[in-house]
Amino acid sequence: MYVAVKGGEAAIEKAHRLLADRRRGDRSVPALSLEQIAGQLSLAVDRVMAEGSLYDPELAAMAVRQSRGDMIEAIFLIRAYRTTLPRFGATRPVETAAMRIERRVSATYKDIPGGQLLGPTFDYTHRLIDPEMAGDHPVEPGARRDVTEDAAYPRVTDILNGEGLIEPDIASDAEPGDLTRDPTGFPAGRDLRLQALARGDEGFLLSLGYSTQRGYGRTHPFVGEVRIGLVDLEIDLPELGFAVNIGAIRVTECQMVSQFKGGGEDGPRFTRGYGLVFGQSERKAMSMSLVDRALRADEFDENRAAPAQDEEFVLSHCDNVEATGFVEHLKLPHYVDFQAELDLLRMLRREHAADKTAETDRQEAAE
Amino acid sequence: MTLPAYNFAYLDEQTKRMIRRAILKGIAIPGYQVPFASREMPMPYGWGTGGVQVTAAILGPDDVLKVIDQGADDTTNAVSIRAFFAKTANVATTTKTAEATIIQTRHRIPEERLQAHQTIVFQVPIPEPLRFLEPRETETRVMHGLEEYGLVHVKLYEDIAQHGHIATTYAYPVKVEGRYVMDPSPIPKFDNPKLDRSPALQLFGAGREKRIYALPPFTQVTSLDFEDHPFTVQTFSRPCALCNATGVYMDEVVTDDRGGRMFVCSDTDHCETRQLHGHTGPGLPQLGEHASTEQETTR
Repeated sequence: MYVAVKGGEAAIEKAHRLLADRRRGDRSVPALSLEQIAGQLSLAVDRVMAEGSLYDPELAAMAVRQSRGDMIEAIFLIRAYRTTLPRFGATRPVETAAMRIERRVSATYKDIPGGQLLGPTFDYTHRLIDPEMAGDHPVEPGARRDVTEDAAYPRVTDILNGEGLIEPDIASDAEPGDLTRDPTGFPAGRDLRLQALARGDEGFLLSLGYSTQRGYGRTHPFVGEVRIGLVDLEIDLPELGFAVNIGAIRVTECQMVSQFKGGGEDGPRFTRGYGLVFGQSERKAMSMSLVDRALRADEFDENRAAPAQDEEFVLSHCDNVEATGFVEHLKLPHYVDFQAELDLLRMLRREHAADKTAETDRQEAAE
Repeated sequence: MTLPAYNFAYLDEQTKRMIRRAILKGIAIPGYQVPFASREMPMPYGWGTGGVQVTAAILGPDDVLKVIDQGADDTTNAVSIRAFFAKTANVATTTKTAEATIIQTRHRIPEERLQAHQTIVFQVPIPEPLRFLEPRETETRVMHGLEEYGLVHVKLYEDIAQHGHIATTYAYPVKVEGRYVMDPSPIPKFDNPKLDRSPALQLFGAGREKRIYALPPFTQVTSLDFEDHPFTVQTFSRPCALCNATGVYMDEVVTDDRGGRMFVCSDTDHCETRQLHGHTGPGLPQLGEHASTEQETTR
């Protein structure tokens, strides 16, 4: 009877066993392979890598499998592993202008040097469930475009900057902060803000970005450019005295050309919002760049009233691992505190009833 | 791909050193919330990641660990955290308060008085006692800096004006050595007096909020109140149904759907120890016996 409200080791063990059973599902169906997950659910894997902030498709695929497709759970698995990894060093900043482009579109120009490249996009598909998805129909390989040696894809923001129409990238040799190694203080600064946004929850940033479009911190955004592709990672090896290429990762970058500000020494010009995300996720990169720009309100003396402009609000609530933990912890037992509330409420009700009785007595006496 | 391998008590030594520095700073400034670079832990935020990190940082191979949640050793989360350290640190665990060198707790302080060789680690969800009065960290840090605590008293006064009583029953704010107002974690205010001048070291870890704070042994801890509305704790009008204990915090167990209630010790070790020593309570309530409401007495 009393034991029934308690957990106990045996119950947990059995719950985990059932979880494993449900994860595996029907045994007559072959188990998912990591290659299948990484190869055919690659955008799910990308999201886990981005918000888990660890670029490892194989581990991310394992996490997706272990979490039964629960994305935040998978992200959590990756984070909890990532945090134990030693830091060997930092790469040089990636050069996204030298990206091996898979997709690249600009909304601000009809055509741009290097061209508009649609790449693997859902954008112009009709969202009709394809009956072929029920089976395994043969799929044509993608057509390859010829890439010449000297093909160049200059960033649209660099083109604008050539004319002085947009604020330059803010150059800094300062060592960027690391929010996973130092406690965040406020104001956090743009380096930490961008870090937090890059691993922040896609849905949360999407809604915040959306809110800026609907007037809660308007930034008049234009997609200067979204590009997806592979960038090289280089690391300085002190023993060698030069940088060595250690591989490539796929990233999505968004440069949002935003509300111009006037006056000053340099005259009126557009401002920037920036988004960079592991893997292929335009939605996340675009949302990030909207929120990044909104968070720069103070820099441009803009009135700071909307949630998306509030650094402390955004940074304190954008992490889905933190958020899901605290929301879901409400299901843990709270009966000690609830008991304390019960006691107080019963006492208040008792006093209330006594007051009422006394009041009735007084009225009757008066009558 | 290399398969994961983990250090003693899960955290790497550098992280432990970072946490120990925060703990030492916390001990040096009792009640002050020290920011620390909280790590993602393999259990969710809100499940005690702060407490787990503090425990991991202070745990040695010879320690004996006790973990409680709601006062009980066998609640699921306590079982899970105890198993975590048994697995990652291979330390001895116990349910006996007296045998433990480190006690990690959520929401309670054991009934048995803690000793000088013991450390109690509290899991803290919201370390900032001013948070629900002022949501901004930038503001509350200034308020602590300037010792500007008027707002807390206004809140307590408003309770009295509205309800006739201070309506805070758990996570009841305390003042430490006359300086910092501190959140004692969501322990019932019944446990607040145990914080005061405890011979044990008391450490508080908030993982999601990235804060550690501490009460060194024998620190003066006062629950906030007014002269004409002194601090009171809950008392229960009936003894424990299992061990007949009085003057302890009770769980109210619903025994049927006709108002049947049974009150038993929230501290399961305390209750079991008493039963071992031959104490027995009145047992199950008679059918239809209603829960009697509790009164408060000044302590």
